[in-house]
Amino acid sequence: MSAPAADPAADPNELGREERPISERGPASRRIVVGYGFWVFLLSDFIMFSAFFASYAVLVGETAGGPKGAELFDLRYVAWETALLLLSSFACGLAGIALVARAEAWFQAAMLATGLLGFGFLAMEVLEFRHLIADGAGPGRSAFLSAFFALVGCHGLHVGVGLLWLGTMMAQVRAKGFREDIQRRVLCFALFWHALDIVWVGLFTVVYLFGAGAAVVGGGA
Amino acid sequence: MTLFGKLGWDSIPFDNPLPLIAFGAAAGGIAVLLFWVWRRGHLPYLWNDWVCSVDHKRVGVMYCLLALVMLLRGFSDAMLMRSQQTIAMGNDGWLPPHHYDQVFTAHGVIMIFFVAMPFMVGLMNFAVPLQLGVRDVAFPTLNSVSFWLTAAGALLINVSLVIGEFAKTGWVVYPPLSEIRYSPGVGVDYYLWGLQVAGVGTLLSGVNLVTTILKMRAPGMGYTRMPMFCWTSLATNLLIVAAFPILTATLAMLTLDRYLGFHFFTGEAGGNQMMFVNLIWAWGHPEVYILVLPAFGIFSEVVSTFSSKPLFGYRSMIAATMAICVLSFMVWLHHFFTMGAGADVNGAFGVATMIIAVPTGVKVFNWLFTMYGGRIRFTSPMLYAIGFVMTFVIGGMTGVLLAVPPADFVLHNSLFLVAHFHNIVIPAVLFGAFAGYTYWFPKAFGFRLDERWGKRAFWLWISGFYVAFMPLYVLGLMGMTRRMQHYDVPGWQPWLIAAAVGVVLIAGGIGCMIVQLYVSIRDRERLRDESGDPWDGRTLEWSTTSPPPVFNYAVLPDVSDEEAYWGMKHRAREQHHLSERPEYEAIEMPRNSPTGVVTAFFATLIGFSAVWHIWWLVILGGLGAWATFVVFAWRDEVEYEIPADEVEHRDRLRREGKAHLLDLPPEATA
Repeated sequence: MSAPAADPAADPNELGREERPISERGPASRRIVVGYGFWVFLLSDFIMFSAFFASYAVLVGETAGGPKGAELFDLRYVAWETALLLLSSFACGLAGIALVARAEAWFQAAMLATGLLGFGFLAMEVLEFRHLIADGAGPGRSAFLSAFFALVGCHGLHVGVGLLWLGTMMAQVRAKGFREDIQRRVLCFALFWHALDIVWVGLFTVVYLFGAGAAVVGGGA
Repeated sequence: MTLFGKLGWDSIPFDNPLPLIAFGAAAGGIAVLLFWVWRRGHLPYLWNDWVCSVDHKRVGVMYCLLALVMLLRGFSDAMLMRSQQTIAMGNDGWLPPHHYDQVFTAHGVIMIFFVAMPFMVGLMNFAVPLQLGVRDVAFPTLNSVSFWLTAAGALLINVSLVIGEFAKTGWVVYPPLSEIRYSPGVGVDYYLWGLQVAGVGTLLSGVNLVTTILKMRAPGMGYTRMPMFCWTSLATNLLIVAAFPILTATLAMLTLDRYLGFHFFTGEAGGNQMMFVNLIWAWGHPEVYILVLPAFGIFSEVVSTFSSKPLFGYRSMIAATMAICVLSFMVWLHHFFTMGAGADVNGAFGVATMIIAVPTGVKVFNWLFTMYGGRIRFTSPMLYAIGFVMTFVIGGMTGVLLAVPPADFVLHNSLFLVAHFHNIVIPAVLFGAFAGYTYWFPKAFGFRLDERWGKRAFWLWISGFYVAFMPLYVLGLMGMTRRMQHYDVPGWQPWLIAAAVGVVLIAGGIGCMIVQLYVSIRDRERLRDESGDPWDGRTLEWSTTSPPPVFNYAVLPDVSDEEAYWGMKHRAREQHHLSERPEYEAIEMPRNSPTGVVTAFFATLIGFSAVWHIWWLVILGGLGAWATFVVFAWRDEVEYEIPADEVEHRDRLRREGKAHLLDLPPEATA
């Protein structure tokens, strides 16, 4: 995460970088373009999550005589999941610092910690799902549970893909060092990983906290 | 047969020869074409310079080619429907009901997703970086991936012709009809996986173009100096980024319902069908503007160029474009006023819908005032533009009529509605695409399209449109509902016969376009564009050669006007000299890569095997896609260098062409 260097290729004519407004200074540097593009992608991902959130909000009361959230969710269990995920984001931040410091051993250690914590989160989630399905509270039981499994599962799927990406980045840094394009990819990965935290915070609140206190939201028609 | 999931010999519809013959003809045609390419030794060229190309211009051309080929497929479906309804008065016609259902579904899906979308995305891909004065899009390889994913989606939809069946549900697959209980076949699954794959491609291309427009413009090109087409492309791609994820989520929910017994939309265990309708139109209405806004941009360029005047009300056009961009998310409920949301909700959405007509009206007046007092050249793109304005206004008025909820209760689901949206989509999107195709063709290939055949195509298209669709308004008012395989009202038949005549005229228009392409390639020396500026253009793409070099611009242009190239031409004429010859430097360009086509191969594999429940192959395809990603990420050489000499040589040719165009002496290029 070096300071954004002025890219000479982006402005071959040296057309006055300073006196012009930013919008007229020619193409941005590669680092800005990549980061910006990835932000745009993340926004689209948030919108996809919002569709799942919306469907959950519509269907949360549709338990079809089956169990409600308050009967299913164990807040203490989910609190541990949350702790694992948030800690993995902290570890990911440390990896970012190690990247700036060009300290590969620290980078690998921090990424490994990120990955293990993320894997722990995912494993807990899979166990929760298995437990629910074994208890007859699978996604086919009611529309509420369909929406629950889809929303939480979509987040879990993202974490799973993130883990694959994480492993790939560790291998790449090992094999090729902190090359400029690899640094940009690590930056995008970090954005992705933190974004999943933001989604989880929303999910934890809307699904688990509201759900456990079902009198507040659930129990609709 | 568990190895191949649900797939077996009975999946091939031997009892229904029509799709088999159509598919056989298409596959045979492609095989003959490939054989010819191979015999002439062009296969390496085709693979290296097109299939693997990451050049935005070539990707754009391939998108347009896909759209033109799919137009033939979608139009064949239209001919089937018109012929069926012409004869099916009091009898069953010649298409059995379940076949007819597949035909109208395929027509809608193909025309929207694989004609209109790729045509618009292709033209944006081709023209936007050129108009912005830059060398490529923000993420060139991703661009190639996007195109090939779109092509993979198109392939999946077309494979359903011969292996299995297609959806019989209409193009927006409303549940509960599309649920597994009522559509147990694979048709809806082909729809879901085909659109999911193509949709990911579209989303990535939206991310790419938004980033390109916001972060990669030539020096001096501030937002209020961008050509109108770039503005409408920005609005379109913002809409893609904001709307397509909703489609992805909605299709995923329906997929979960069908594959894993979820209850999102089933109507049992609390599922809610109207939620599907809301979600699909929360994507679907912005989609309408995703298609039409680029066309508005093309018409703005065409009208301004061929009226030899700057666009009237440039800034009001920007405001109107962005207003439409925002408002398009606030009207989705007008697609189902009859849901029963109540008078207040319907009233609010009806008013919101009418408000959209205001910025659209601003645009219409801007085009008219651009023409007013201009020195108009009636080329075929300009004819499409004028035909568009006149026809589109009629479609807009029937749209405002449908926006009135009580009127909509009477007219919904009738042929009046079908007439209305064709009255929008054909003159706006298709004519826009044809205008853009004719307008930028010389830029892409270095020679113009033949004007005589172009004008014939236009006149047949527009008259065919009126003859085919005005009767549908009448039929709608007479009470004929859409998607009828047969009927028993004798009074309808004359109007349906008239509509069939219109389709024959449109077929003539398509025939003229094919002849036009053939004649133009044959006579390319006569139609050669030496100057790079065949239309006396005003925007930057006309300042480079036709076709442009792979790097577009030897030196990025320095923009100081709203009409960048017009200003350059004006200064060169005044000073009797082109701009100073710059210092040339070597240029780094991204290497071509098979990543896109390989990714699409695995996506097709995943989609096809998911349709047929061949799960081991789905996993294999996923591993293949991930391996492709890793191999791509592992590359060390991502760019190649074009030496300064080569750049200088190409730019000298360009400057000579410009000097000739502007009647300047050869020494003016020094």
